[in-house]
Amino acid sequence: MEWRDVIYQYDGSFDGLLCCVFESYTQKERPTAIYSDEEEWSLFETRVVRTDGEHARRVGRSLRKLSPDVLPLLRRAFLTCLPNKEVAIYRFVAKLYHEGAPFLTRLSDETYQPLLRAVHHLSAEVERLRGFVRFSDYGGLLGAEIEPKNRVLPLLRGHFCERCREETFFIYDRTHREALLYANGRSRIVPLDNFEAAPPSDEEVAYRRLWRRFYDTIAIRERENPRLRMTHMPKRYWAHMTELQSGEGALPPAQDESQAFPHRLPK
Amino acid sequence: MELLDKLTILADAAKYDAACTSSGARRGHRAGMIGCTSSSVAGCCHTFSADGRCVTLLKVLLSNDCSYECKYCVNRRSSDTRRATFEPRELAELTIGFYRRNYIEGLFLSSAVLGSPDRTTERMIEALRILREEYRFNGYIHAKAIPGTSSELVTRLGLLADRLSVNIELPSEEALRSLAPNKTKRAILAPMKQIRDEVIESKEELVRHRSAPRFAPAGQATQLIVGASGESDRHILSLTESLYERYRLKRVFYSAYVPVVENTLLPALDTKPPLLREHRLYQADWLLRFYGFRADELLDESRPDFDPRLDPKCCWALRHPEFFPVEVNRADYETLLRVPGMGVVSARRVLVARRTGPLHADDLRKLGVVMKRAQYFLTCSGRLATPMRLSYAGVLGCLLAVERASLHVEQGEQLSLFA
Repeated sequence: MEWRDVIYQYDGSFDGLLCCVFESYTQKERPTAIYSDEEEWSLFETRVVRTDGEHARRVGRSLRKLSPDVLPLLRRAFLTCLPNKEVAIYRFVAKLYHEGAPFLTRLSDETYQPLLRAVHHLSAEVERLRGFVRFSDYGGLLGAEIEPKNRVLPLLRGHFCERCREETFFIYDRTHREALLYANGRSRIVPLDNFEAAPPSDEEVAYRRLWRRFYDTIAIRERENPRLRMTHMPKRYWAHMTELQSGEGALPPAQDESQAFPHRLPK
Repeated sequence: MELLDKLTILADAAKYDAACTSSGARRGHRAGMIGCTSSSVAGCCHTFSADGRCVTLLKVLLSNDCSYECKYCVNRRSSDTRRATFEPRELAELTIGFYRRNYIEGLFLSSAVLGSPDRTTERMIEALRILREEYRFNGYIHAKAIPGTSSELVTRLGLLADRLSVNIELPSEEALRSLAPNKTKRAILAPMKQIRDEVIESKEELVRHRSAPRFAPAGQATQLIVGASGESDRHILSLTESLYERYRLKRVFYSAYVPVVENTLLPALDTKPPLLREHRLYQADWLLRFYGFRADELLDESRPDFDPRLDPKCCWALRHPEFFPVEVNRADYETLLRVPGMGVVSARRVLVARRTGPLHADDLRKLGVVMKRAQYFLTCSGRLATPMRLSYAGVLGCLLAVERASLHVEQGEQLSLFA
């Protein structure tokens, strides 16, 4: 029997995506697109795939049997900003079923390599944001805002919960409109449509000034190298980093103008 | 004096220290304490300053009020720079305030010599003790051991810090004698030896009792100034190698000398810091630590300095045509690592990927091999990766062009990746 082309719509969860895999193999359908929102439509047949825990677990078991590394890789791939990541993941799984475990060593395969590259991009962004997140102290509550390309909060969770174990904090992801909340040893990631930071206290402003001053002072003028800095710290992160902003709590111009670098974002 | 001014003076005085890493210590959260160092093996960069160097730690001096007269140093006794000293409590509060806001991974504490090395170290110990015990700080601390400090004090310092370092600064005895008359080679090497032995001892002790005190769990590092005195690259690299082997150092840092003082013994004030040279030394340092190269393979008496136009691995490859071409589908890991354009990650990927079938030049590119360098040195199943066979001069010309483009800077303005 021929496999039919079809479009799937699922609930946007990782388990939901595994259910799409299940559906495809039980119904002999090949999804050409997988969407999580309803607006998308086309001339092809669109089927809504219901998320069923048992189906997801069966797919998970079958993948684990091939290699214990596959599911963790797919979970990460699911968080990336790879365009059409659902279909990319589906195609990878289909090829893996077809070729078996040795497929996992074919790192330059055209279905596998884009996934690896996307995961690499995600991991690099997580690594950077562990350093670039800037908390503000709102009367004992720490709050930060980020605008990452990938959905990094699930991967930052472990790090920040360990580092700030005794604190209460939140990190708001403006790109994906969700927030990581942590209080009393428990953390949650919740959707959050908008967030407006409260004005900083005097103490907060003082710390921001101290930090900016330290940042400006620690650079060696004779070695100035804007391109190198941009390689390590791309400009898209600057908007949420205290030391690269002017405005509230900003320093007056340095007494010695020649010591200052023109690094602040234009207003 | 206001805290903001103190911070400015004492950070400014510490900025020439290249070391800024938080790697090597993995210590999870402890109840009632602030922070941890278990984030990852590689440490964590929190920002990059305008010179492109990573900022991981709050890098400051406890005081810049020095009684030594090292000629290359801004803080020397006779310099008319402004002086300041941190109160231990204000430094602790500042560290905690920065750490909670995720500005830093911890504290890097160094100091000018206040009277004597012992007196200075005692004050540093007091500051770190207050930070650890009263402010309950569990993050990373890198402390400088000052040459000439008594061994009891070095031990106490090591029990508070994660990493210790003793700066060699000038890479030869003659340079020390003429430029840093208050320091001697012996005074520098003694604490390094002591730190090495105590780190080993502490590791053995930890195997026996889990709660044994940890002495500098992230080991020790040092820094060499490049370009203040006349040593060759070969001298510096051999010194580096013996420091890794004999003193078990975790890292050797290089700092291109920035002229801050007018002195007939030193390069003139308008000399540009030798950034490209520093960059080549860091590349060679990587080759020693991760690529299985030895210092005498990279440089010898007939060739005591690196060719600044090419990276050290390319230079080595061009001098050893008998080693190449390397067959990607058969060569072992150590051989692959010697190919220019191939790194630790891409070599490992090659080993995995070739298990299911022979690799072609296109595959290598996808695996992350830098083919614009590697193509001249590889065959894939017997076929050369480059479409034409080139003479030595031809390969040299192509590599020079690649390198010029990657440095993307004109003469005088240079790039450093690893500082």
